[in-house]
Amino acid sequence: MELPLLHLALVGTPNSGKTSLFNALTGSRQKVANYPGVTVERKEGFFVTPLGRQVSIVDLPGTYSLRGRSPDEEITRDFVLGKASGEIVPDLVLCVADSTNLRLTIRLLLELKRTGRPLVLVLNMFDIANRRGISVDVDRLAKELGVPVVTSIAVRKGGTADLLKLTDEISAKLAAEPQPNNWRALSVSELRATQREADRIISDCVSLPARPDTLTARIDAIVLHPVGGLIVLALILFVMFQAVFAWAQPLMELLQSGFDALGEFVHATLPAGLLQSFLQNGVISGVGSVIVFLPQIIIIFLFILLLEDFGYMARAAFLMDRIMGGAGLHGRAFIPLLSSFACAIPGIMATRVIDNKRDRLTTILIAPLMTCSARIPVYTLIISAFIPATDVLGFINLQGLVMFGLYAAGITSALAVSFLIKFFMLRDYAPAPFMLELPDYKVPRLKSIAIGIFTRAKMFLQRAGTTIFSMMVLIWFLASFPQPPAGSTEPAIDFSLAAIIGKAIEPLLAPVGFNWQIAVALIPGMAAREVAVAALGTVYAIEGGKEAAEQIGQVLATKWSLATALSMLAWYIFAPQCASTLAVIRRETGSWGWMAATFTYMLVLAYAASLLTYNAAVALGAG
Amino acid sequence: MTDTHDMRREMPLGLAQRGYTGVIQHLAAKEAGSALSDIELESRLIELGFVEGARVEVLHEGLVGRDPIAVRVDNITIAVRRREAMAIIVA
Ligand SMILES: Nc1nc2c(ncn2[C@@H]2O[C@H](COP(=O)(O)OP(=O)(O)OP(=O)(O)O)[C@@H](O)[C@H]2O)c(=O)[nH]1
Ligand SMILES: [Mg+2]
Repeated sequence: MELPLLHLALVGTPNSGKTSLFNALTGSRQKVANYPGVTVERKEGFFVTPLGRQVSIVDLPGTYSLRGRSPDEEITRDFVLGKASGEIVPDLVLCVADSTNLRLTIRLLLELKRTGRPLVLVLNMFDIANRRGISVDVDRLAKELGVPVVTSIAVRKGGTADLLKLTDEISAKLAAEPQPNNWRALSVSELRATQREADRIISDCVSLPARPDTLTARIDAIVLHPVGGLIVLALILFVMFQAVFAWAQPLMELLQSGFDALGEFVHATLPAGLLQSFLQNGVISGVGSVIVFLPQIIIIFLFILLLEDFGYMARAAFLMDRIMGGAGLHGRAFIPLLSSFACAIPGIMATRVIDNKRDRLTTILIAPLMTCSARIPVYTLIISAFIPATDVLGFINLQGLVMFGLYAAGITSALAVSFLIKFFMLRDYAPAPFMLELPDYKVPRLKSIAIGIFTRAKMFLQRAGTTIFSMMVLIWFLASFPQPPAGSTEPAIDFSLAAIIGKAIEPLLAPVGFNWQIAVALIPGMAAREVAVAALGTVYAIEGGKEAAEQIGQVLATKWSLATALSMLAWYIFAPQCASTLAVIRRETGSWGWMAATFTYMLVLAYAASLLTYNAAVALGAG
Repeated sequence: MTDTHDMRREMPLGLAQRGYTGVIQHLAAKEAGSALSDIELESRLIELGFVEGARVEVLHEGLVGRDPIAVRVDNITIAVRRREAMAIIVA
């Protein structure tokens, strides 16, 4: 007889290893990192137990209680209580604990017992507990709590064997009769009594560390030093942005020469005509010009993943709390904003951990101003074409410095916008509290870093193959048709639709120094920022005609003035050129209005910044 | 309350310097002046382990106004602002 699907749910305090367990059991690759509040969504996965039972397991955001104080915690509460309409209540709740820190989880477990759901306490990170000399009397703990207890090491092969075995045992004898749900939000005195009860049970069953984590204490002495800590943070960010520029260069050049060779090969082997032009100008010059930036994207993700896995993110939030508070931002906004350097979309999702609605909204509105990795191609292209690669002070690469300046401009303007929001809209605002667990440091795990980078690289290439490619086909088509009348002497592209459209918009953008080619590139650039680079690649390649083997950077250096280049950089600091980000803003704020507001304010800032930059540059003689 | 604790003056954790160690005596959410309601603040503090009898140590302070503080509560470290820490009476 086929047994029905068994439904499990992973519940527990933040950072206890729920997602690691989920990944270990189901073979998924959901995001794991060493700070509280990584998971902000519900994720379902499937596996089969050793005895062949089909299981559906749901990973949930971490929470300290079922009260649901922030959007992520509400997801957990609603799932456990079966509140979400049409939801199945889980057959078995796995309450996951960090074994080195049982107090809060055991209180949560006592609260979970009131829901009437069958429970298991999973003592995860048991390897760390062992190393620290924490010993747990598992049998006694199970007896005192009245629920089965099992140990696990989510990040080690076979570390979930006991849990799997227990799942089989329990699922065989799960009561058909559901227990009544007696849960209601605990009053303060109940909460206190529950914590006391939890502490009593722990003192009976757990003998505490003979060896506390001195490594974390020693690192924190430097990293959380009031002054030293801020210097370290600034240094980390500076090295990160320099590295994006300096370290990636050799690899990028390699990729570039590969694409150049491919372009020449196509040019040489195919007969001149539409197919040759499509492959060489549309695909290779267009899509290829974006793929070249893969090494830079990987480097920025490498840095962010390392910081996340090490346990630094929560520290950075601690250091920045009051400083960001001056600009009207909450300390918890730091992690979402830092992840926005990779991409604003996960950054905006991560704001779910912020419980105060206004703090969350402000963070969402400014997250797109953080320099996301899609801007890197645009910045790099223009910087390498216009800024000499000289050294400043002997060791700082000038191009890297300009890159750092662009990042800094993004951060500064985000803080300024947040300050204005606070000043004009949220005047009666009292600062919401900042309370955040600072987890012990962990050595970053090579495998999870590798998986993280691989996933990101794959996404980037997929985008190049889908969004960017289809935009390129469009641009190539617009730039190639209609073909010039026979015998005309002007460049063929001047007769194309692209030129007609571009020249129609040009007057709007002329005050900021953009020519018609840029105007055309900005339109498909709405789909995603990098598309603009690809579009420029295609347009200039077609315009260049036969000798188009030239790299796009070299073409720009001859066709644009320095003022235009700087204006374009200023534009991209602000421009709302990303349809997916706007869609996520709509979803997360639940409002078209906020999406429109973001779009408008960013567009206005972009235009103003470009106007200012262009005119200043022209006045200084860079026109 | 034990004798050793009677010897020490009760004070809010929000006024403690770096290096301070003590034991939580009680919570006084009303006095804190937090943006949260008394009940909400008290609940959150308890949920993070700030209950009577817990040992606390102030490990680190921020730069601006020595705020926030990183507090060791038994064997975990929690960052809180001094404003909310005013609700935690220690000795
Ligand atoms: N040594 C060790 N590390 C673990 C174990 N389980 C998880 N970790 C690490 O603990 C950290 C947190 O793991 P996650 O799986 O992201 O925790 P989570 O409970 O999903 O966290 P939230 O989604 O923020 O609630 C990561 O750095 C993991 O690599 C374990 O059993 N042993
Ligand atoms: Mg998780």
